[in-house]
Amino acid sequence: MSDTKIKPITMNFGPQHPAAHGVLRLVMEMDGEIIKRADPHIGLLHRGTEKLIENKTYVQALPYFDRLDYVSPMNQEHAYALAIERLANIDVPLRGQYIRVLFCEIGRILNHILNITTFAIDVGAMTPLLWGFEEREKLMEFYERVSGARLHASYIRPGGVHQDLPDGLLEDIDVWADEFVGFIDDVETLLTENRIFKQRTVDIGTVSRDEALALGFSGVLLRASGVKWDLRKSQPYEVYEKLDFDIPIGKTGDCYARYLVRMEEMRQSLKLIKQVVNQIPNGDYITDDKKIAPPKRSEMKGSMEALLHHFKLYTEGFRPPKGRTYTCVEAPKGEFGVILESDGSNKPYRCKIRAPGFYSLAALDYLSKGHMLADSVAIIGSLDIVFGEIDR
Amino acid sequence: MSLSNQIKEYCNVKYKSIKVFRNEIEITVEKENLFKMVQFLKDNPSCLFDQLSDITAVDYPSKKNRYIIIYQFLSVTNNQRVRLLCPIKSDDVIPSVSKLYLSALWSERELWDMFGIYIDGHPDLRRILTDYGFQGHPLRKDFPLTGFDEVSYEAESRKVVYNKVKLTQDYRDFDFNSPWGAETIEDNK
Repeated sequence: MSDTKIKPITMNFGPQHPAAHGVLRLVMEMDGEIIKRADPHIGLLHRGTEKLIENKTYVQALPYFDRLDYVSPMNQEHAYALAIERLANIDVPLRGQYIRVLFCEIGRILNHILNITTFAIDVGAMTPLLWGFEEREKLMEFYERVSGARLHASYIRPGGVHQDLPDGLLEDIDVWADEFVGFIDDVETLLTENRIFKQRTVDIGTVSRDEALALGFSGVLLRASGVKWDLRKSQPYEVYEKLDFDIPIGKTGDCYARYLVRMEEMRQSLKLIKQVVNQIPNGDYITDDKKIAPPKRSEMKGSMEALLHHFKLYTEGFRPPKGRTYTCVEAPKGEFGVILESDGSNKPYRCKIRAPGFYSLAALDYLSKGHMLADSVAIIGSLDIVFGEIDR
Repeated sequence: MSLSNQIKEYCNVKYKSIKVFRNEIEITVEKENLFKMVQFLKDNPSCLFDQLSDITAVDYPSKKNRYIIIYQFLSVTNNQRVRLLCPIKSDDVIPSVSKLYLSALWSERELWDMFGIYIDGHPDLRRILTDYGFQGHPLRKDFPLTGFDEVSYEAESRKVVYNKVKLTQDYRDFDFNSPWGAETIEDNK
């Protein structure tokens, strides 16, 4: 029989597909069941965040960061607040730093629960998702108690955090942290040694160390490929230096390693939360520089100076000196960075958001080439992509 | 020896300036030396920038060199960062660095999409974030915030249609800057 060349079939995956984790349109060239080329079409959720930020004052632009990666909102705010603080040289009081760490780690757990459980449902395990969302709800209640909003918190502000912790919150977080270990154990018994789960993930979408670096990977994806790199350790910010935690490193760089790294990171985050609850000092939660942070409500009732400060801050805002910075944090998905340029006015001249998911998704063609169609679902699941941040 | 001094010592590529602001190093190069500089930053043992974190640009419509291209590098090996700046004129073409860093493939597409800066040698220079058939480059300062087209569903023809943006109220740009001139936050520390 002579060889006949078969034209590859072009197939559309998404934009409305539950395994695409949002509005991803994937144009795939298939040779039977084998993927020859995967071309992600993104931008269906593009809202022009960077353009909008250029037209807002520094404080007004902050809520846009909640809406980027809406799975872990506070970690994004944190990067932006740090960028402003670096530009304007603002110090954050110690209690404020501890509160930030507390909620960044809660954000990490929020994110990893969602990723692991949706990843599991993509490859056939339904139960973790149902359990996970119950836990997420508890965590978002903590968000609500501290900021008034379950999701779009706008809690971390330049100079500190917006409000102090309400009474009893730390105790409740402490109780939750003890119970949550049980949840992680339960999910592990369901997935880690699960035959189906392992068949779907082991040796799928493998990335070597050098490839991971060249592809711009960061965070879990980089660590799963065996790179010892975590910004909380290597370029520490806030109080991470004072806290004791470990960085899990994967060996194989496949989908299964990414899952394992995320599981262990949740345990480490719990360890951090426990330490914060025990160590958190009393004191100010936001800087007392009234050009940056608003005065307290009670002061505004009696002091004209406070009223003026409040009015000036929320109309004109503040003006960082001319300059440019790249500030990044270890967000749950990887290195979330902000290039912020000030021209000395009250609005950012340019704000570029470096979304970790953008680079993870860019590697999809590379990762899924030669795999079966069903594996692309596992790969997308393990990349942990959210279109709020990719499309910006 | 600090990284900025090391670069001054070892770099054989011509650069315009090296500045340090808030412990961040910024190197400015001419367009002609851009690719060589990136190569140097990648290969030199005191640099070893193995990751290109981001590429972006800043638009200054009134300047002679309208855009500044920004390359943000990270070295995982040496735990350091550097930023490379390259001012270009509005019709200049810059070389693609995607041969050195795979992550540049999408960053450069975004640069083309958002600023209309043409990248020479890029294998697949399409728009990335904007709509199919989009006109213009949204992050240029002369692109209006509200854009030009709006999309809606038309019940009669049963499809999504594009119309020119019609605002019931003009875009209101409040100038909150105080008339007596506020000062920027001073560096007092």
